[in-house]
Amino acid sequence: MTGPQSSPPPLAWRLRAAMFTRLFAIQGSWNYESMLGNGIGFAAEPALRALPGGRGGTAYRVALARESDYFNAHPYLASVAVGALVRAELDGQPPAHIERFRNAMCGPLGSLGDRLVWAGWLPLTALIALLAYGMGAGPLTVMLLFLVLYNIGHVGLRAWGIHNGWHGGLHVAAVLGHPVLRQAPLYIGRAVLFLLGAVLPLVIRRVLVSAGDTPIVAGSGSSGGITAAIAALIGAVVLSGIFVRLHGRVEGWRAAIVALAALILYSMAR
Amino acid sequence: MTAPALLAPVLLGALIGLDVVSFPQIMISRPIVAATLAGAVAGDIAAGLLAGAVLELMAMETLPVGASRYPEWGSAAVVAGTLAAVRAEPRSGALVVAVFAGIATAWAGGWSMYALRRLNGIWAERMQPALAAGSWRAVVGLQLRGLTADLVRAALLTLVALVIWRPIDAWLLSRWSLDLVVSHSILVAIAAAAAASAIWRLGHGATGARWYLLGGLAAGVVFAVLQ
Repeated sequence: MTGPQSSPPPLAWRLRAAMFTRLFAIQGSWNYESMLGNGIGFAAEPALRALPGGRGGTAYRVALARESDYFNAHPYLASVAVGALVRAELDGQPPAHIERFRNAMCGPLGSLGDRLVWAGWLPLTALIALLAYGMGAGPLTVMLLFLVLYNIGHVGLRAWGIHNGWHGGLHVAAVLGHPVLRQAPLYIGRAVLFLLGAVLPLVIRRVLVSAGDTPIVAGSGSSGGITAAIAALIGAVVLSGIFVRLHGRVEGWRAAIVALAALILYSMAR
Repeated sequence: MTAPALLAPVLLGALIGLDVVSFPQIMISRPIVAATLAGAVAGDIAAGLLAGAVLELMAMETLPVGASRYPEWGSAAVVAGTLAAVRAEPRSGALVVAVFAGIATAWAGGWSMYALRRLNGIWAERMQPALAAGSWRAVVGLQLRGLTADLVRAALLTLVALVIWRPIDAWLLSRWSLDLVVSHSILVAIAAAAAASAIWRLGHGATGARWYLLGGLAAGVVFAVLQ
């Protein structure tokens, strides 16, 4: 890699906004060959117009072709790569260094994003929304709570990524070792487990005792509903043990569809 | 459902299906949002939320990781939310059938996303000379083509699923014999088990994982009793 990079020139607001907007469509042409590659080129393209010769110039075309080549990462953290790659192209870094950086970043940006977002932030915010549902919140509250909470993390991560990518350039990898990024999945994981435990009885109770404004069991808090809720909770604990043991052989949703098909058939045949 | 009545859920399913991967991934495609919106469009937002909450538990397992093939819960939740909301009053078995239709649609949706990704690959290969030459028209064109194809994919998936499932739903419910409480108890137990096993597999390696889960369970039970 190259030596430490100097402070970058400020990225024009309009350019930053154009790249940031395009980041939301970075997976628009996702495929099994180049994966996220074309999306990286798509998001970086507005900034590459600043290369000598402008849009259509040789430098622009060579850089765009390079940036549209194979790349894979978590879609939100790809913003780090876009910011860093644009900086490297505009700084005129040697192509070999840029290629090496692209190859090196795929793994870390993928695994960190998967742990932080897909296995952490998404289940956490979904469980918070389910908790609100279980505690009796209305449809709008539940939806907005989830969307606002989730997207504070989502949009913030994309903005953080492009900012740090631009400032770090080809040395941005050090940013990924930040203690917050390394420790967050651990703490989020514990919060997710706690929330899961709290959510299950509350959601079971709400589904069985009342459905928002529409009572589905005769009278909220009826003994029939409570007995059913206790039975459902015990059933869920037993079934989840079976599902955990089935892991590797069958996914939970596949087991669920078989169980529901059996329930439907039983109800029809009875 | 009549053709005009199908229009709104199909448009919603298209937009929500697009959100799953392509644009903008703000998670309006999560079942708890998508099914609730579908319920609102079909005239019963509470029924949509109910279906969405159950499907959300089922969807906890799905990590939309890169090249893996996974169920497409967005358009599927629109189908489930619509089916749950279209009848005037709650009926025994309605939620079970709506959720079942949702999972089946999610499974089909996973295959449709796989097909779309293959199609994107074919288009990218055909445009390779232009992409290698650094043509911005090729880069932007490929991206827009993929986005449009995903929108069409999600619309068709929602349309086909609703056309298939509406009569099946009516037929199944006309023969449904199980009591409402029993139906919902079994359904929510299955959904909760799917969520619990999924989250446990993700987090069981953490120190004290069992105690965090049990602590939450105790808090949830206490709160449910006090409610």
